[in-house]
Parts: sequence; structure tokens; C-alpha cells
Amino acid sequence: MCQVDEEYHDHITRHDAPRASTSCVKCKEACAAVVVRVGDAYCRICFKEFFTHKFRAMLGKTRLVFPGEKVLLAVSGGPSSSSMLALVQEGLSQKAHKKLRFTPGIVYIDEGGAVGLSMEERQKTVTLLQTVFKDTGFPFYIVPLEQVLDLPTSVLVAMPPSHRPSDTYKAAVHHFLQSDSSVCVTSAEQENMASVETSHTLALQRVLSSAQTLTARDELLSTLRQHLLVHKARTEGYSKLMMGDSCTRLAVKLLTSISLGRGAQVAQDTGFSDSRYGDIITVRPMRDYTAKEIAFYNHLFNVSSVATPTLDTKAGDKASIQRLTESFVTKLQVNFPSTVSTIYRTSEKLQTTHRNTPPNQNRDTPPDQHGDACLLCMCTMDASAEKASAFQATLISEELSVLKLHDAPTPNQQRSASVAPCSSSDCGRETNDGRCCSSDQDAAVTDFRALLCYSCQRTVKEMSSVKSLPLYIQSEAQLRHRRIQMKEQIHDFLLEDDDDDDDD
Amino acid sequence: MLPACGDNMAAPVRIILEFGGGAELLFDGMKKHHVTLAGQEQPWDIKQLLVWIQRNLLKERPELFVQGDSVRPGILVLINDADWELMGELEYQLQDQDNIVFISTLHGG
Ligand SMILES: [Zn+2]
Ligand SMILES: [Zn+2]
Repeated sequence: MCQVDEEYHDHITRHDAPRASTSCVKCKEACAAVVVRVGDAYCRICFKEFFTHKFRAMLGKTRLVFPGEKVLLAVSGGPSSSSMLALVQEGLSQKAHKKLRFTPGIVYIDEGGAVGLSMEERQKTVTLLQTVFKDTGFPFYIVPLEQVLDLPTSVLVAMPPSHRPSDTYKAAVHHFLQSDSSVCVTSAEQENMASVETSHTLALQRVLSSAQTLTARDELLSTLRQHLLVHKARTEGYSKLMMGDSCTRLAVKLLTSISLGRGAQVAQDTGFSDSRYGDIITVRPMRDYTAKEIAFYNHLFNVSSVATPTLDTKAGDKASIQRLTESFVTKLQVNFPSTVSTIYRTSEKLQTTHRNTPPNQNRDTPPDQHGDACLLCMCTMDASAEKASAFQATLISEELSVLKLHDAPTPNQQRSASVAPCSSSDCGRETNDGRCCSSDQDAAVTDFRALLCYSCQRTVKEMSSVKSLPLYIQSEAQLRHRRIQMKEQIHDFLLEDDDDDDDD
Repeated sequence: MLPACGDNMAAPVRIILEFGGGAELLFDGMKKHHVTLAGQEQPWDIKQLLVWIQRNLLKERPELFVQGDSVRPGILVLINDADWELMGELEYQLQDQDNIVFISTLHGG
């Protein structure tokens, strides 16, 4: 029989509540409350210790978040990111060696407009979260997703890393200890939600609804969200972006990524750190926690989270690839409790060879300058590699079928149409050279796709028109096209040289 | 407080049901429900409770909450703040004033 005499919150004041007969595997005294793994049942107190220790250990082991560094926490209000916020808060209040030493800020992206919530409903959620954020004393930014429509094209350009090579972790620790170590936050930086115009919300909804499948819409939404987060981090002077993806989410993401043809990007999509933007490094410190651990921690220690509807809320198991994969993993997890951890450990071993051993390019040069980062997901392009891949085969067969359909315009004609494609709505109008303008549209799509990785091409393919993408993406696409065309034009005048670095 | 005993019908069982992690969206967004289960000869267990919830509280998309005899994979169950795995899962016999919590760990509830 085991005894629990710590302070229990509110309603448990009665004496006869049935308790588990198992004792905690750690302290061997208190009643177990959570089964973390098969056979590993922890009591409340030991579970809390286990949970908070993991966070410190993860940040300590990886040594990527420097003392004193400005870190932007992306909090969606969901269980995982809310837990992450609580852990950071807890970590900063610790003494001495247990103390976290970075300077946090919070960003919340309000996606209510994307799922068709009314302004009142959105404001209600924002108010709830504001209370939580204010309590932390950290600076916070509440950003409506509509702002993605006004992003500059520069968000699609990778910047040089913000840390000079001399900035070693040790030096940073030393520097931090020399300076005053108390973290003070000016509440002046707390930013309420900017007002949103209805026309903006409608424009955002048009962007998303142009994607015909839930799978593509999900992908598009997460791409746009990512761009906005990176932009916010850059403009507010943060160098790290902390995401709350749990081990369970990442296991689902890993399998989803593979199903969506993102095999080459999987390491960046699910690893602890992700440097695709160069100056802003994304870190995922919650990747050691299962969704179950998080749910228990939040419930037992009153970490409030806000359930906001997402695109696939109340959608069935087969509504999208993301949803189907999630259902597959969670169902398997019921009978094989090591499913998630097995997938997760596999993801740890994966890495992209491209980034770590650049074959012929300068380490400091962002991939974009060589034109090999995907326009949408900013990942290193997988497409350039092999001529005989399945991907190339798909492309060729698609090109052939397009040519057949539209009286085989010459490749030259296709190319020239790319800069100003006409909208498909007034299709039927004949253009000067006697072709229907819908083939211009197709040409634009084909050209546009050349700037995307395989997976993003699939997403764009599900869209009714590339014209419905936000302006900053279209402008950057045109910029890149012009650069490619210019390169082609001057190609003959360039001296042949094996070394790529000579042309800067 | 002693459990009601006797060989006729047991007394009604009053319990608190909580839904979280997005599962509440299936119950009109209501997180906490005080419910009374009518007295019956056999004591109530979680398995019967799930059927009761499906009939009385859950009005739409039951497959998003229950699957077969049990809860949908990805929904956690806590009995008086302890993992139901420690309490006998579906066979656990409900007692008056029990607190049963269902938390969805699925994305978007
Ligand atoms: Zn213990
Ligand atoms: Zn891409």
C-alpha cells in the first residue's frame, strides 16, 4: 500500500478515491500515476523530475542554444508548445547549474482566418493566450496569419549564419557569466494582435482554398506559417526559433514526409536543429517527449492549453495523408508501444549529406545563391541530382502530355510566356500567336515548378493556379527566373572553369 | 464514505467527466461534465461508461471518440489523476465521485 501526502490540487480532498496499487519505479514509495513506458510507472513527483530534466538535458547535450541568445518560442496554444513554454519558464526560475540561460520571446500565429473562425472567436483565443503570455513576463508577439500576404521576398532567401565561427559555446558561456546574468524583460515589447481587415482574411482563404486537397492545403499552410515565423524572428532580432514538435508528431511527420516525396528533406524536417534559413536556426527541444507524457504533464501540473480548430479538425482518418499517417502510427502504438520511439530513433540517424559535405561550394554561401533551394520549403533541392530518377521520369511524361494537349508549342514559346502569365479565368481569348492562353498558364506552371523541390511541386500541382500564391512568392519566382535567364544569356561568354567559386 | 452495499439495486453513481486536448470539441467545447449514472445491478465499468457517453453526450462523429469497445487510439484516459493502465483500463469499476479524464493527443483534436 502506498501513501501520497503531497499537496494535491482542488477536488481531491476526499479519502476513498481508488488508487493504483503499483508503486513508482523510481522512489519505490509513492503511488504510480503515469506509465511512461511498459513497466516504467512513475509517481507525480518523480514524473515531474523526469520531465523537466529531459528538457535541460536536451539543450545541454546539443549545445546549440547559446547562453544569452535570443530565442523565439513558437507557441500555438496546443499541448506540446504550451508545455515547452512552461518548461522554459520553469528552467529560467531554477538555481545555478540547472538554470536555462537564453533570453526567450513568444510568437503566436493566429490561424483563425484560415479555418474560417469569426473575429470574436479569434479574439477570445487571443485573450486567453495573452493572459498566459503576460504571466511569463517574456516579450510576446501575436501575429495574424493574414500578415503572410505582406511578406517581403527576402523571407525566401537564406541569409549567412548569424554566429561567427569564433563564437564557440564555451566562449558564450564565459561571456554570459561575465555579464550580469539576470534576465530582465521589458514588458513594452508585448505586442497585441494587429487589426485584421476582412479583405485580407478573404485573400488568405482564397490562397488556401486554391489547393484542392486537404493534404496540399495542410502543406501550404505549414509553409506559409514557417515563412511568417522566420520573418518575425528576423525582424525582432532572434537567432533561434524554438518549435514544440513532440516525438509523436515528428514520427508522424517523418512518415508523412516520406509519403509526400520529401525523403531528401526528412532530416531537416524532423531533426533537432534545422539551418535551412541560414541565420535563423530552428530547434525542436520537445522531440524527446511523447504526446502522452506531454498530456499527462499538462494535466497534472495545470499547464493550460487552448484547443483551436485546425484545417483537419473533426476530419476522418482518411481525409489527408497527414491524418492517415497519424492514425496509422497511433493505432500501431496501441499494440506496439515502441512504435513511436522506433520511428523517432530512425529519424535521429538520418542526415542530409548535401549540407554537411558541400561538394564544390563555399560553406558560408547560402544555397540560394547557387539557385538550389526550393522556393517554398527552402530545402536544398533534391531534384538536381539524378537524371534517371523517378522524379525526372514523371516530369518528362508530364511535359510530353502538356505538349500533346496544346498543339506542341516549341520550348522557346513556352519559356517566353513565363514572365506574365494570363489568368485562366478569361481563357478562350486568343493570343497573338494564335494559341489559347491556357497553354501560357501551363507554361507558367511548368516554369514555376522548376524552382520547387519534388514535394512542393506535388503541392503546387494540386492548386488551381500558381497565381493564387501570395505575391511575395510570385515576385521571388520571377526574380529567380530572370536570374536563370540572364545566366543562360551570358553563359556563352563565361570562361569554362571547374571551380564554381570563381564566378562571384 | 462507504460504498453502498446490499443485494438490490446499487445507488446511482455521480462522476465528473473531463475532456481535453481537443476532445472537448466533440462535446460542444464543454470540458467538464457532472453526470449521474443510474443505479444498476452490476457496478458500472469504463466499458459501459463509453457506451453511455456515446449515447448521451456524444452527438456527432462517434468514431472520433470510440473505436470498438475502447477509446480511439490517441485518446488518453485518466482515472482520478492516474493512468488508466494502472487502474485496470476498461474493467475499472466506477465509484461515486470518481474523476474520469479523456485527453486527445491527436493533432487538431
Ligand atoms: Zn516516485
Ligand atoms: Zn520544397
